[in-house]
Amino acid sequence: MTASVSSPAVSLPANVARSGPSFGRRLRQVPLPVLIGGFVVLFWIITALTVSFWGLPDPIQIAGKRLQAPSLSHWLGTDALGRDVLSRTLYGAVYSVPIAIGVVAVGVFIGATLGAIAGYVGGVVDGIIMRLVDVTLAFPPILLAMTISATLGPGLVNAAIAMIIVWWPIYARLMRAQVLEVKEREHVEAAIAGGAGHIRVLGIHILPLCWTPILINATMDFGQVVLLAASLSFIGLGASPPTPEWGSMISEGAARFYSWWVAFGPGMAILTLVLGFSFLGDGLRDMLDPRSK
Amino acid sequence: MLRFVLRRLIATPLLLLGVATVAFFLSQMTKGDPLSAIVPERQMNNPEIVAAAKEKWGLDKSLIERYGLYIGNLVQGDLGVSFTTRRAVSADLGERLPATLELVMAAMLIATVVGITLGVLSARYRDRSVDYISRVFALLGSSLPVFWSGLLLLFLFSVQLGWVPGPGRLDARSVAPPSITGFYTVDSLLNGNIPLFFESLHHLLLPSIVLAWSVIGVITRLVRSSLLEVMGQDYVRTARAKGAGEGRVMLNHALRNALIPTLTIIGFSFAYLITGAVLTEAVFSWPGVGSYAVSSARSLDLPGIIGVTLVGSLAFLVANLLTDIAYAFANPRVKLQ
Repeated sequence: MTASVSSPAVSLPANVARSGPSFGRRLRQVPLPVLIGGFVVLFWIITALTVSFWGLPDPIQIAGKRLQAPSLSHWLGTDALGRDVLSRTLYGAVYSVPIAIGVVAVGVFIGATLGAIAGYVGGVVDGIIMRLVDVTLAFPPILLAMTISATLGPGLVNAAIAMIIVWWPIYARLMRAQVLEVKEREHVEAAIAGGAGHIRVLGIHILPLCWTPILINATMDFGQVVLLAASLSFIGLGASPPTPEWGSMISEGAARFYSWWVAFGPGMAILTLVLGFSFLGDGLRDMLDPRSK
Repeated sequence: MLRFVLRRLIATPLLLLGVATVAFFLSQMTKGDPLSAIVPERQMNNPEIVAAAKEKWGLDKSLIERYGLYIGNLVQGDLGVSFTTRRAVSADLGERLPATLELVMAAMLIATVVGITLGVLSARYRDRSVDYISRVFALLGSSLPVFWSGLLLLFLFSVQLGWVPGPGRLDARSVAPPSITGFYTVDSLLNGNIPLFFESLHHLLLPSIVLAWSVIGVITRLVRSSLLEVMGQDYVRTARAKGAGEGRVMLNHALRNALIPTLTIIGFSFAYLITGAVLTEAVFSWPGVGSYAVSSARSLDLPGIIGVTLVGSLAFLVANLLTDIAYAFANPRVKLQ
């Protein structure tokens, strides 16, 4: 990360110029894209939590004639088995949203833990963990995810495990870099001089200062995880047929190529959720990390 | 700088060894009889084949010996035998690689030209409508699932409008040109077959645009931000003070320097390109390595998918190495660690 700030007309250091308003005040000046992103993401989270109470047609049962174009009774048409595409699309959130959150959460947990250990302990432990990170990052992500999914066998849980294995190293790198930097600060020295144990130093004096870049990255990554999960399902490694998962719905739509609406709904769902997360992540970065502007 | 290049040159083979080690353990993780991961089910009754496979992959030996054999086979380019095609994975991949390279190179060409243009436009007209439109276009590309956008565009342009042909590298009736480079566009030209050249180019058009679109976002963002950074430099101010127009300042003075960090495009976008290529090929029935990866992953053909992953990682590492070296040479001011 090159932190070289282009010199503005007034040559105040960037942090002085920007560290004025409090977090609360900045929150009130939330830019429009962040609001839209937040709204879209919230919509999908609420859908995932409540869709079964909406009285929609059963996503797995036949709801009408097969391959009907969009109409008033089926807003997004019906698929090759006569199931309602809108209902299946909305039910898709039940799979995609928890997977995205779960993969990123577990990835952050594993990555941050190992990264913190690597940064704090150093030496051989650092070497081993970071070489593991290097090797994992040497794989093209989708190919590693495909190979691991194929090894474990198809299924959503296995696909999620594969994605966690692909994702943790990024957080490990970020966390290690943060810990290495914070470790050198004076308050940490003071805490050690005051007799604090390793766990206390790491947990209370270092880690709370390390989360910002990880939080920003994680928000951006939700969308990428949604995309990768859908890709794995599209390939046939994630969810398997009757499940209304977006990727596998698009795969069914690809087989019924001329009925474009079968794939349209789930694709729009993926697109909106990915865009939502990326607006949210961008905005979060601008708010929390003044250097990025 | 020499030390940096040397260090990267040494690190790359080590990383490759690490990748191969992971591949080895993955190949050992198949449930049940490890033999079933090497010998196709139907040949299990053939004692000769079973014995030969056991010998070659050292199945009755210890894990460490098996590892040695595995790495030895890899070094000789032996990636095992595919369950589905029953041929050497390396032969399968060799046959399919040109198709993928042709697609990826065409996409990279489009993505670089469009990405740099959009990046320059957004930097020149910063925070104006042009900036927003090109950024939205770029963002859409990186947020769209290519297997979906490809499908819809194929439906729109091929079925509805008839502007582009259907999936595949050539029309169903056409015969591939005699293989020289394996690129149909180049081979048909070398054979003087002009109609076939246009046919293959026509088939290449939509998949390469779809693939390019997924990468354009990365390039646009990079060019835009590095241009904006350079635009604040003293020599740009000098050029402006001497009366150069804004367009001239940007193209003649700023862009050259802004493009140095953009060299890393190759490295940055390579991961996206591989991801995109795998899915694009699946949608467009493009007979390359990507669709091979998809079909072997689908049929749980471990040697097949692991083979693609090894080759993909090799390409990925080499691309990153070249990017780093190019960057070090192009910008010696940068202290690289």
